[in-house]
Amino acid sequence: MSCLQDTSLAEANSFSPSMPISPSSMINQYKFEDEPELKDLFVTVDDPESHITAIETFITYRVVTKTSRGEFDSCEYEVRRRYQDFLWLKSKLEEAHPTLIIPPLPEKFVMKGMVERFSDEFIETRRKALHKFLNRIADHPTLTFNEDFKIFLTAQAWELSSHKKQGPGLLSRMGQTVRAVASSVRGGVKNRPEMFAEMNEYMETFSHKINILDKIAHRIYKEEREYFNEMKEYGPIHTLWSASEEDIADSLKGVASCIDKCCKATEKRMAGLSENLLPIIHEYVLYSEILMFSEEIGKLEDKVECANNALKADWDRWKQNMQYDMRSAFTNVADNNLRYYEECLATWESFLASQTVDHHGEEDSEDRP
Amino acid sequence: FYLTNVRTVLFFRAVESQNEGQCSPVDSLWRRYSEFELLRNYLLVTFPHIVVPPLPEKRADFVWHKLSADNMDPDFVERRRIGLENFLLRVASHPVLCQDKIFYSFLTQEGGWKEMVNETGFQLKADSRLKALNATFRVKNPDKRFTELKHYSDELQSVISHLLRVRARVADRLYGVYKVHGNYGRVFSEWSAIEKEMGDGLQSAGHHMDVYAASIDDILEEEEHYADQLKEYLFYAEALRAVCRKHELMQYDLEMAAQDLTSKKQQCEELATGTVRTFSLKGMTSKLFGQETPEQREAKIKVLEEQIQEGEEQLKSKNLEGRDFVKSAWADIERFKEQKNHDLKEALISYAVMQISMCKKGIQVWTNAKECFSKM
Repeated sequence: MSCLQDTSLAEANSFSPSMPISPSSMINQYKFEDEPELKDLFVTVDDPESHITAIETFITYRVVTKTSRGEFDSCEYEVRRRYQDFLWLKSKLEEAHPTLIIPPLPEKFVMKGMVERFSDEFIETRRKALHKFLNRIADHPTLTFNEDFKIFLTAQAWELSSHKKQGPGLLSRMGQTVRAVASSVRGGVKNRPEMFAEMNEYMETFSHKINILDKIAHRIYKEEREYFNEMKEYGPIHTLWSASEEDIADSLKGVASCIDKCCKATEKRMAGLSENLLPIIHEYVLYSEILMFSEEIGKLEDKVECANNALKADWDRWKQNMQYDMRSAFTNVADNNLRYYEECLATWESFLASQTVDHHGEEDSEDRP
Repeated sequence: FYLTNVRTVLFFRAVESQNEGQCSPVDSLWRRYSEFELLRNYLLVTFPHIVVPPLPEKRADFVWHKLSADNMDPDFVERRRIGLENFLLRVASHPVLCQDKIFYSFLTQEGGWKEMVNETGFQLKADSRLKALNATFRVKNPDKRFTELKHYSDELQSVISHLLRVRARVADRLYGVYKVHGNYGRVFSEWSAIEKEMGDGLQSAGHHMDVYAASIDDILEEEEHYADQLKEYLFYAEALRAVCRKHELMQYDLEMAAQDLTSKKQQCEELATGTVRTFSLKGMTSKLFGQETPEQREAKIKVLEEQIQEGEEQLKSKNLEGRDFVKSAWADIERFKEQKNHDLKEALISYAVMQISMCKKGIQVWTNAKECFSKM
């Protein structure tokens, strides 16, 4: 594809700021993932499976790809990958595209909490994050056409192993990049220190805030879960009580049923949080870790090609995505809460209606102004 | 009348409102909690067949963490004031209790009330705890309805305390959920400083999160009143048991008196006919040491006959007493049952109303927040 060549050319040669970039590669760079009509590659990660060998135990995930792209021999692929394979892919992408923002992978180990390495919760969280990782790549105008990405999605296990062992191709590309960087620095290329400073300042604050948000979101989840646990016990007491009563047995059972329904509703609310907000915020915590620019010149040159339009474009794209993701994640939280309160409201209102129907025309209805 | 609370000390002022044209010598006076207790103890002893309304708790119980367990806490004192007022209203609206003179003077007589109560000597009439316990274990034929009622009151007490305990924990957790959302406000505000397009949405959303977090305080305070309504019936369970205990005591007394009478009659018969049907120490000693003279025997029989006559009269009156007690106690219990059913149903309805209000507030806040988020 012509645009693929253009982009890689653009990257290799764009250390001089005045290099024109072909229009078609521009289109690719500014394409956003919220335009499903343009998507021609769909990836899912699911079905974690445990494998036990003599040496180790590990989990593989099923990666399903559906595509209409010409360069794929088939339109559907199903392979199994383990975490190591994802790590490999990430490092290949970082090597090939040093100026682009590569999406983060979920952590290797979980330090905090008492989540066991292979607990269901851990595996599910990781699976969701791996799914996100591949989708970020698939939706990226440049990364989506990366050759290693294609191999990752399509190769059988033995094919991938042998491909991984290939070295030379990478080194030569790596060498080219390093040489280009060195020449740009030596050549006194006009860097854009203001842009770098701006990005760094932004990321410092962003990183700080997103980490706090991460903690808050987890804390809210924890509190909601504790509330749910107590609520589970609350309803049944009313049912128990109704067994010793006659006249008020129905009212008590009614209250018990309302509480149980609200309990279920709060469980849904919790699930919504863990499916949406928590993973998104956590992904951005990881993003902020890789985007935090260190003061070492070496890292600086690797990641922040100040003169590089590609990075600037990618940076803008990242910010756009972040805005979109945050907006939709928090809107989703609001929706979850609205749904929760509306469900509870309906439950209690119907209980109230049932009580005041057979209420013997008491004071409250007469005293109402 | 109504109660107002003055200062943070334990005095409550009872203010009597216009009551059927009766001119009270004093319009308002001060009463300590201990005087309320004295009044109640007097009523318990004087009207054992009545389910006497309970006092609110002396110490804060079933608290969740935010509510202090401090007895001097103004919220607690205020709720106690309401509880005491409720107690007086219950007594005043009771067809039997409201007529009592001691109660009336509790409301109207400033000084010397305590002495007046003690002069009634009610403490002497009180049944000893030990006696009552003994009766409970040994009574043979209590009225089945009272036995059932005792079981019911045990169940009621157990289930309400369980409910109150869990409710307190639920309140605690709910408080946590709401308050944690308050943390959003500050972070959103700080984050909005570095964002151009997202800034406004974040900032205003943060404000709504603050509102959400703050709303829980009023919600839970209202719920405390609901808890107090349940607590009243928790304490009523004890009052029910007291009536059952009194019945058991009277019944046991009756059974003992009947047993005593029977044994005396038997003794009399044995002396008259000379046959010993039951083992008795006297019988044995007379066998060992010689029988008594006919004169001695006559004297004994005479004494016994007198005692038997006394006993029969006593038994008759105890029987009557017992039946009267059962009748009037059961009438009050029926009255109590209706009151309880009405009050608890009202309480459950008010709980539903509170939940509805909480949900509506939540919907409003999150609708506002959603709008802000969508503008991010």
